[in-house]
Amino acid sequence: MLSRTAENLYWLARYVERAEYLARTIEATLRVTALPNTYIGKTNEWDSALLTAGVSASFYEIYEEADEQNVVEFLSFSPANPSSIKNCIENARLNSRSVRTALTSEMWDNINSAWIDLQEVWGKGTKTREELAKFLRFVQETSLRFDGSAYRTMLRNDAYWFSRLGLHLERADNTARILDVKYHVLLPEEEHVGGPLDYYQWTSILRSVSALTAYHWVYRETLKPWLIADLLILNDSLPRSLASCYGNLVRNLDQIGVAYGRQGAAQRHARGVRNRLEHSHMDDIFQRGVHEFIQEFILDNGRLGEIITKQYLI
Amino acid sequence: MAVAFDEMNGPGGEIRPAYQELSRWLKETPAEALEYRRQEAELLFRRIGITFAVYGDAEAQERLIPFDVIPRIMAAKEWAILEKGLKQRVRALNMFLRDIYHGRDILRANIIPDDLIFQNPVFRPEMNGQHVPHDVYVHIAGIDIVRIDPEEFYVLEDNARTPSGVSYMLENREIMMRLFPDLFARHRVAPVEKYPDELLSALRSVAPLSASSEPTVALMTPGVYNSAYYEHSFLADKLGIELVEGRDLIVKNDEVFMRTTEGLKRVDVIYRRVDDDFLDPLTFRPDSALGVPGLMSAYAAGNVTLANAVGTGIADDKAVYSYMPEVVKFYLGEEPILKNVPTWRCREPKDLAYVLDNLSELVVKEVHGSGGYGMLIGPAATKATIEAFRDKLKREPEGFIAQPTLALSTCPTCVESGLAPRHVDLRPFVLTGSNHVTIVPGGLTRVALKEGSLVVNSSQGGGTKDTWILDE
Repeated sequence: MLSRTAENLYWLARYVERAEYLARTIEATLRVTALPNTYIGKTNEWDSALLTAGVSASFYEIYEEADEQNVVEFLSFSPANPSSIKNCIENARLNSRSVRTALTSEMWDNINSAWIDLQEVWGKGTKTREELAKFLRFVQETSLRFDGSAYRTMLRNDAYWFSRLGLHLERADNTARILDVKYHVLLPEEEHVGGPLDYYQWTSILRSVSALTAYHWVYRETLKPWLIADLLILNDSLPRSLASCYGNLVRNLDQIGVAYGRQGAAQRHARGVRNRLEHSHMDDIFQRGVHEFIQEFILDNGRLGEIITKQYLI
Repeated sequence: MAVAFDEMNGPGGEIRPAYQELSRWLKETPAEALEYRRQEAELLFRRIGITFAVYGDAEAQERLIPFDVIPRIMAAKEWAILEKGLKQRVRALNMFLRDIYHGRDILRANIIPDDLIFQNPVFRPEMNGQHVPHDVYVHIAGIDIVRIDPEEFYVLEDNARTPSGVSYMLENREIMMRLFPDLFARHRVAPVEKYPDELLSALRSVAPLSASSEPTVALMTPGVYNSAYYEHSFLADKLGIELVEGRDLIVKNDEVFMRTTEGLKRVDVIYRRVDDDFLDPLTFRPDSALGVPGLMSAYAAGNVTLANAVGTGIADDKAVYSYMPEVVKFYLGEEPILKNVPTWRCREPKDLAYVLDNLSELVVKEVHGSGGYGMLIGPAATKATIEAFRDKLKREPEGFIAQPTLALSTCPTCVESGLAPRHVDLRPFVLTGSNHVTIVPGGLTRVALKEGSLVVNSSQGGGTKDTWILDE
């Protein structure tokens, strides 16, 4: 397939995944900030929402301080934020339009309808919390429908595999970012386990990667920070864990390698990262430093993106 | 202006045969039901994303072409004449182009003046002596047809460069079949869905000799911001070929390749929807970012076929158009089946004088214009517009032609007050391959939605209709 087509498919999936992640982040932050102060302490949750979205710097170019109103606006609709939800959906639609021939009509219909709604229903932003809640649902449903229609209707060929690469790379990046910002509340040495402060921080983390219910099913335990870290980093049965994302990245890259009859740096690099995840234990990670581990992962993940681009997309 | 010929209603109020069933159906169907279907159709178009862009209109970057749900119907007998005439016309166009870029018999026979060709900016000296596979220049032609009475078909314009609109022919039919299954069941409508197959086989049939037995065909688009982008992606999808932009292609050793995820892949036939001027910055406009450097040298080396060929603009020039009846006779030795609209060539002093004296009666067009831009419709124009055109004509007479204002035929059309006659034209699409000319039965009917308006172009507020050719 055309390199440009593969590139568009890859980015299309990334934008949709990012939009969903932003919507989840806003939703989780709204929940935690609605709690009385005694439960969440003095941390500015809106500030950490900006950090997990990776747009802190561009935000503070415009605003002095982060509060609900300006962060929601910035993450959802702001034209000044290149990765606002609105821009993500617009970019997704632009990418779709360039590769319509590689999309199924269901996928196109879904993105195009979301784009039309974005202008007709959400053109003026949201005025109330109810409207905001509806908007965040709309974004998540768009992503679910997009993902579902891709899964159910696309031929299993390189078009599908490249689109999955974008999805899993973006997903891994998002999970890693939230860990990067929140790792301190997961450290076991801060032994006030079960305190209300941490408890709500933990649920907030799990919610933003839609893993709260999953946690209980997997561990059948009350929330423990090291188990949360284990779930998000090493447990490959959780779709948003780093291990699961890398399992998928390796699989999709392998399929491309088989179809094209040759492997390259992308396959090798992805396998390297996957192997490290497979052979790690939470104890070691805590001992060596969660923060260092996550930062290294974010760099590795970014590098994989560059290698894929060089190998296939240009 | 005389009362226009209405394709459904005869002068005495009788319904013409092809429209009998539709007329009955319209009587049975309540107005609300039609309105409801109209809205449903609009929703479908929007969801599918069948849009076009209007240049210079920042407000509406992507717009819908209004779709009228009342089909335009033609009897098999009428179509048979039209089809024959179209094939004849396109054969002559191809022979004319071959001759202009080779022996130039027609110039030596003094049928067309030399300077009309050689001083024409759309004449491409690069094509002199250039061989094109099977001598096909115009693989895809869109011939604009109008009617002014039940007997004759007139060619209003030949479009021999990159005619668009065929996606509307196909999508209009799909949507009509979805919305009006009952109406279809009551007619025997000839299908149009074979068009993509016919197009692909025509394109493959003209692959260069150096291509493999399974030639690779690609559709080249200027990109997502082009007004016809939807059509480009639609056709590439239906044909199952890659939709490429200039930046996806690269020329090496006079061969054209596309950049794929598996490396470079040779391209043999390019169905290009990019104008000559932008094809290759090394040969034509150096500022073109849409083109492919070196494409013309690969073309000259015979390693790639461009469809349509470079330089076909000389055949749809509106001044050359006025010679088409002679062109048909010269190459085919036949009487032209389709009529030409009488045309005054403003480049000739006698004609110019007549045109200047009768501006308020005439339609004046730029010889290289398209899309309904830069056109004067005398009877509908203000005094000031007419005077402005008079100045333009005097300054650059060779840039214009004039024609009588034709009372284009009308068809019943949904308007706010119910059904009313509106003027229509028809663009059938004629395909030419290595050894055959084909036309799917139908075409794009364009309709001027404003009362009394004669301008059907989508950029000027025109709409479209599904076109039904009835089987016997």
